[in-house]
Amino acid sequence: MTTLLNQLPIGLSIGAVLLLIALGLTFTFGQMGVINMAHGEFIMAGAYTAYLLQDWAGSQAVLVALPVAFAVAGALGWVLERTAIRHFYGRPLDTLLLTWGVSLVLQQAARDIFGAPNVQVVAPSWLTGRVEVLGGALPYARLFIMALALACVAGVWLYLDRSRQGRRMRAVVQNRELAAVSGVATGRVDQLTFFIGSGLAGVAGVALTLIGPVGPSLGTYYIVDAFLVVVAGGLGQLRGAVIAAVALGMLNSFAEFWTDASLAKVIVFAVVIGFLQVRPQGLFVLRSRALT
Amino acid sequence: MRKPFFRPLAVAALLPAALLTACGGESGDGANGGSGGNSGNTIKVGVLHSLSGTMAISEVTVKNSEMLAIEEINAKGGVLGKKLEAVTEDGASDWPTFAQKAQKLIKKDKVATVFGGWTSASRKAMLPVFERNKALLWYPVQYEGLESSPYIFYTGATTNQQIVPGLDYLKEKGKKKIYLVGSDYVFPRTANKIIKAYAKANGMEVLGEEYTPLGHTEYSTLVNKIGEAKPDAVFNTLNGDSNVAFFKQLKSAGFDAAKLPVMSVSIAEEEVKGIGVQNIAGQPVAWNYYQTTAGEQNAAFVKAFQAKHKGAVTSDPMEAGYNAVHLWAAAVTKAGSTDVEAVKKAAAGLSLDLPEGKVTIDGPTQHVHKTARIGVIQPDGLIKEVWSSKEPIKPDPYLKSYPWATGLS
Amino acid sequence: MSDRLRGYALFASISLLLLVVAPLALPAFRLDELAKYLCFAIAALGIGLAWGQGGMLTLGQGVFFGLGGYAMAMYLKLHDAGGDLPDFMVWSGVEHLPALWKPFGNVGIALAAVVAVSVAIAVVLGVLVFRQRVRGAYFAILTQALAAAFVILLVGQQGLTGGTNGLTNFYDVFGRDPEAEGTQRTLYFVTAIVLGVLYLGARQLVKSRFGRLLVAVRDGEDRVRFLGYNPATVKTVTFAISAAMAGLAGALFVPVVGIISPSLLGVVPSLELVVAVAVGGRYALAGAVLGAVVMNYAKTSFSEQWAGGWLYLEGALFILVMTLAPKGAVGLYEQARDALARRRGVPAPAPTAPQEVAA
Repeated sequence: MTTLLNQLPIGLSIGAVLLLIALGLTFTFGQMGVINMAHGEFIMAGAYTAYLLQDWAGSQAVLVALPVAFAVAGALGWVLERTAIRHFYGRPLDTLLLTWGVSLVLQQAARDIFGAPNVQVVAPSWLTGRVEVLGGALPYARLFIMALALACVAGVWLYLDRSRQGRRMRAVVQNRELAAVSGVATGRVDQLTFFIGSGLAGVAGVALTLIGPVGPSLGTYYIVDAFLVVVAGGLGQLRGAVIAAVALGMLNSFAEFWTDASLAKVIVFAVVIGFLQVRPQGLFVLRSRALT
Repeated sequence: MRKPFFRPLAVAALLPAALLTACGGESGDGANGGSGGNSGNTIKVGVLHSLSGTMAISEVTVKNSEMLAIEEINAKGGVLGKKLEAVTEDGASDWPTFAQKAQKLIKKDKVATVFGGWTSASRKAMLPVFERNKALLWYPVQYEGLESSPYIFYTGATTNQQIVPGLDYLKEKGKKKIYLVGSDYVFPRTANKIIKAYAKANGMEVLGEEYTPLGHTEYSTLVNKIGEAKPDAVFNTLNGDSNVAFFKQLKSAGFDAAKLPVMSVSIAEEEVKGIGVQNIAGQPVAWNYYQTTAGEQNAAFVKAFQAKHKGAVTSDPMEAGYNAVHLWAAAVTKAGSTDVEAVKKAAAGLSLDLPEGKVTIDGPTQHVHKTARIGVIQPDGLIKEVWSSKEPIKPDPYLKSYPWATGLS
Repeated sequence: MSDRLRGYALFASISLLLLVVAPLALPAFRLDELAKYLCFAIAALGIGLAWGQGGMLTLGQGVFFGLGGYAMAMYLKLHDAGGDLPDFMVWSGVEHLPALWKPFGNVGIALAAVVAVSVAIAVVLGVLVFRQRVRGAYFAILTQALAAAFVILLVGQQGLTGGTNGLTNFYDVFGRDPEAEGTQRTLYFVTAIVLGVLYLGARQLVKSRFGRLLVAVRDGEDRVRFLGYNPATVKTVTFAISAAMAGLAGALFVPVVGIISPSLLGVVPSLELVVAVAVGGRYALAGAVLGAVVMNYAKTSFSEQWAGGWLYLEGALFILVMTLAPKGAVGLYEQARDALARRRGVPAPAPTAPQEVAA
């Protein structure tokens, strides 16, 4: 029974990981309709940023890397938006294929720059402990990831809901043409959106160095899960993403507890597919009168 | 106006033409290839590993050590007075590609033998190609046993040379309750079947058996299950990147080597770096060779390898690949020919001093006698031997000589 | 010469090239490789139909390829075993032939299952998904998740499916030795002919009323609905046809290459097929076929030269095609022709490039 209770915080922490990797996608996919398959590689870029920063930041690299990785991955995303994606608005399926090409190139580039084997990112000593919760151990690293996910969500919410830029962004999402004729520089909004969305992937990458491998294939392990969260949560819906991530994390945690890891994954897929039967647009739907 | 559907075919028409020109020259080459790769002044040998894709990380190192062995042989004048010429191919971490490239090496390049493969899946895919064409494959990686193809030589350990000694070690240390963790594919499932049979016969208890998909990175639930079961030791057959996530999450949940030993059979010197020494130091592993293995042969091998690849480590599969080339060359020399049947006959009982010590080919199974070694991962990332079987163990891929294993195969 | 005549002449000359010239000029193992590309081309043809004509970006064709392939492989395995258990079941510790396998001992049932199972699953999925008006990106991601789940399931059920190893080592393909050159030649011809027949069939379908409806659904689903048609039916039928093609491709792949394994069916191989179609030209069926053959040929020959480089090339090629020539190689040909015509002073034909519908 105590073990079963342990699955609660575990589910939350899996949810936090899912939320971190999917948050950036809700920006780029939700707000812009761009399906960014290279999102996983931006996560990878964040992880490698932490690796490189170890040279001068030493064991505190993970902390230092958070803002740096945001900037690095954000810059990569910005370049991608400027050079390619801006020609693709209104062709969401094409962006999927385009960004997949980008992800292949980035993966191979990582392999050539950093080598094919995984590299090591040492966690700061203050993150190596654990607390006892409900009779089980909850590592500080997990708590850190949960806190980071919360902070990112709060930041995104504040930005979207309270800032002028955020208001413009929402305006563009709801009606691009109307926003444009009302004087919103939609091109600039797009750049910023992509910068932030990709930057969030970088932050996720830094966090993932605490619990997983750091190598060229890192992005491929998370990308499908991230998309599932976005799809289940609903297009561009912050609260949808939060609820979907936590729900899927919990589902994963308990399904794996009662069955095994392989079956748990299949169950999660099945539940999402089934859920979309009931709510084809995800948890929360952006109301729009647009006709396809 | 009707859309001309067939018009685009004009483009399509160009392609087979290009294909034909590209391949046209090859049919010519093939004609004078001779038999058994033994033509002109060189002997062609195939080297078939994944140079791209997920397996490249491991297989490239084996390819490098095989190339080193080929160079060493050439530096001493080659085999039968002829230099070896390596034809390298990329299996691309894709099993059907392995089968097709094997076919190309045999039929087009007419190589005398092929060194290659890593995963069981790639070996299984290549097996029919070698058997039907009566060609030779040297497979250099420890594997799950239950196989003995007349056209494959296995220079890595079979189960009784790695998994059984690993269990013997745990038993010797008084570990009675074990937990099995593995990636979801053939090797871990077969290994765990053997472990369960062994445990039953030796008064050990298996508390749990868990598999995770290849590339899985979320281990908190599994760690929780292990924590609840409270085993004396874990037997780990996870593969690749999953090991990194598993050890990181196990360590951060408070399980280190002192609290919970984890015996691994797929973690060598190469993998320790990626996992992070601080996460895995002190944990035992089971292999037949370590970079630190004592002996002149090994010192020379490590030196030669590091001279070519700065900062590189040497590992068990690399050494087995290196051995394969030398064993084949010795068999060819003994047979006086590269003919497959003659080489097979000469190889039976052949003995060589190699980095891991004396290695003898067992004729009937075409596996090799190997010394089992348990090592412990050191803070510097290398592995130190703490236990060995002293003598090379006779390969027994079907575990016929172990009474507890009846009914497994 | 009219367009139509020219078209038939081209089709005939390609057939000649594939059926007469290639078998004479290529060494056996190259012919076998070409047969493999043609298998992929069959699956790509299905994608061309579903995506190019119908606008359904399916990223899970590997699932249907796999269903067809496994159906065929199960029959071959049982046939080889001749009443005993297939070899992999023995070492996976399975003692009795699982019920799922039993029907596949019969060649008729196995061959029917190649198409029927794929179609059945595609219909169920199609009915569920299209009726709910799940489309565009959602459909793409759903099919991708399906491919991911399918692979995990296949790998996990080792006693039933052979796990990661898949099914391989067939000794007898319909009474012949699969490694013999004669057999490989025959298999090549069978594959080429199946591809030709399916191409003609697909083309006929596209030219029919149904085909025009399909394109209409792609370009304006709601408008089609307002006209009184049910787009869900049109899409489901098309999706099922494309699934059947993938199933057939998988079934042919098994004897040609001698193996079917989960690594062929996952997210990446499914995406690679779509990439091939996009590079060849998604709006023309011939583009799909062309793309599949060229991309796979390029992959093989390139990886023989510079292993790591293929990913750069594939990625870069892909980015270029998507940005500069979204209609693929075939589209480039049309663009060039139109440009030439303009220079000659002939007005270019009205652009037929469809506008993709946003999700």
